[in-house]
Amino acid sequence: MQPVIITDKLTKHFGNFIAANELTFEVDKGEIFGFLGANGAGKTTAMRMLCGLLTPSSGKATIAGFDVYKETEKIKRKIGYMSQKFSLYDDLTVSENIRFYSGIYGMNNQQIRTKTAELLDELQLQSEAKTLVRELPLGWKQKLAFSVSIAHDPDIVFLDEPTGGVDPVTRRQFWDLIYHAADKGVTIFVTTHYMDEAEYCNRVSIMVDGVIAALDSPSNLKKQYATDNMEDVFYELARKAKRKAD
Amino acid sequence: MKQLIVFIKKEFLQVFRDKRSLLLLFGLPIAQIVLFGFALSNEVKNSKIVVVDYSKDAVTSQIIRKIAASKYFNIEQSMQSADQLQAAFKKGAIKMAVIFPANFALNLQHTGKASMQVIADASDPNVATTVVNYVTQIVNSYNGQLSSLSAQPLQIVPEVQMMYNPQLLGAPNFIPGVMALVLMLVCTMMTSVAIVKEKELGTMEILLVSPFKPLYIIIAKLTPNLFISIINYFIIIILSAVFLDLQVKGSLLLLTFCSILFILTSLSIGLLISIGAKTQQAAMMGSLMGMMLPTMLLTGFLFPVENMPIALQWLANFVPSRWYFIIVKQIMLKGLGIASVWKETLILLGMCVLLFTISLKKFKIRLQ
Repeated sequence: MQPVIITDKLTKHFGNFIAANELTFEVDKGEIFGFLGANGAGKTTAMRMLCGLLTPSSGKATIAGFDVYKETEKIKRKIGYMSQKFSLYDDLTVSENIRFYSGIYGMNNQQIRTKTAELLDELQLQSEAKTLVRELPLGWKQKLAFSVSIAHDPDIVFLDEPTGGVDPVTRRQFWDLIYHAADKGVTIFVTTHYMDEAEYCNRVSIMVDGVIAALDSPSNLKKQYATDNMEDVFYELARKAKRKAD
Repeated sequence: MKQLIVFIKKEFLQVFRDKRSLLLLFGLPIAQIVLFGFALSNEVKNSKIVVVDYSKDAVTSQIIRKIAASKYFNIEQSMQSADQLQAAFKKGAIKMAVIFPANFALNLQHTGKASMQVIADASDPNVATTVVNYVTQIVNSYNGQLSSLSAQPLQIVPEVQMMYNPQLLGAPNFIPGVMALVLMLVCTMMTSVAIVKEKELGTMEILLVSPFKPLYIIIAKLTPNLFISIINYFIIIILSAVFLDLQVKGSLLLLTFCSILFILTSLSIGLLISIGAKTQQAAMMGSLMGMMLPTMLLTGFLFPVENMPIALQWLANFVPSRWYFIIVKQIMLKGLGIASVWKETLILLGMCVLLFTISLKKFKIRLQ
């Protein structure tokens, strides 16, 4: 397995405040990597550095083989992103959203048509193709947003708390989509507050006060902390935090 | 480039899908014109006036006959004293009073010059200017006759006094004012709201993570607004020509060029507001409070800038619409060319470039 995300002592400080301190980890191709941490632990900062939105203060990192300092434009072509906020245009229809997001990644009309048909089929939304997104239930929107974020076939997709506010059944369906994408070789980098979701990941890292306090598979972590659920592991670590959550 | 077109298409789709804002966008200029248009009548016929003649000589009676013969005036009554005038004006019974002082013809013969007083009710500034102009014309033509008959130059000077409203607010000034106001409001509001909406929705983050260039985002956002504003501009021009009989006297091309410059300036302001604002409401309020008040107050179409305190005059120089207002007045109402508006155009151009550069820079910083 070759790693698609490699970081080495990746650090970001804002003035005196060290938001992310010497992060060193690797994520393999096709892996589902859970990125956990309390609010204010530095998850978003780390993720933004990896997406090329934020220039690191020091350390090294490559995404899909490209350097986060010099090759952010190339990185942008290789990654997908779905934010914690709902991120489709609700005044556009389902197919218009797919067409727009595929279009800005430079796909041509033929590719967009094929992709649209494929996505609608996968999500079983054919009958809703001309429905405005605002009229869809939240769970559908979330699934559509995920599908749109990987419509341009990225190597890696970053999901920032993708399932916030969604009911457990829909969350489960959402994770089916994630597994499906991972099976096709897409690397999934996901932040979440739900510990049941942490269990679904191949490996999880837990950030506390800007540093990675633990990184292993859920089963190994549970063994290490002598417990049978991720919740205890998380509390054990997060309790040590000195920083206030924002 | 293809990506940009995809984006611009999407912007147009969103703009034209929102029927309510569309109604507002195009309804605003139409409503303004119609509103002001009904208050405006261009020709004033049969105005009731009063003549007070303290002299009662050959010259005054000749002038009075000429005024009485005009279709514009109905001499209501001849009053014996000026004291009754005030009451007549207050009642709105008369639009204008013409007063000849005693020894009018005598003064004219001895000094070659005589003054008559013209007082107009300027609470309706348009009517006041028109009636005063009519009477001035009559006196001027009489002056011409006098000069041709007499060896020495004789001149009768009408001393005009505008009652109630000496500054003559409104009148033809309002069209340039409406143009400045509508374009400024629509541009800043549409642009700031359109961009802040993306931030609120969370779609902005997606755009920033995509390979789509930030400059393209700005261009794509501005294009539909520029388009709509230019349409708005022509709606105003056409409406004022058709309904108010107020044609563009100068070069339409020059006026259009300056208007596009002003539109771009306003769009840049909208861009700046959107960078600061976090919610659509904040953007809306910022545009309304931040732009509408200064535009209304400091542009000069409601209150002449020249009469303001120095500090406000100074402040008014930073309001783009002030310069645009001057340009429109010069080109549209006075028919002047680039020679008389190059300074204002240059200032506007400077503001446009400066604002756009700042917002572009700021916009990029947000991505980092």
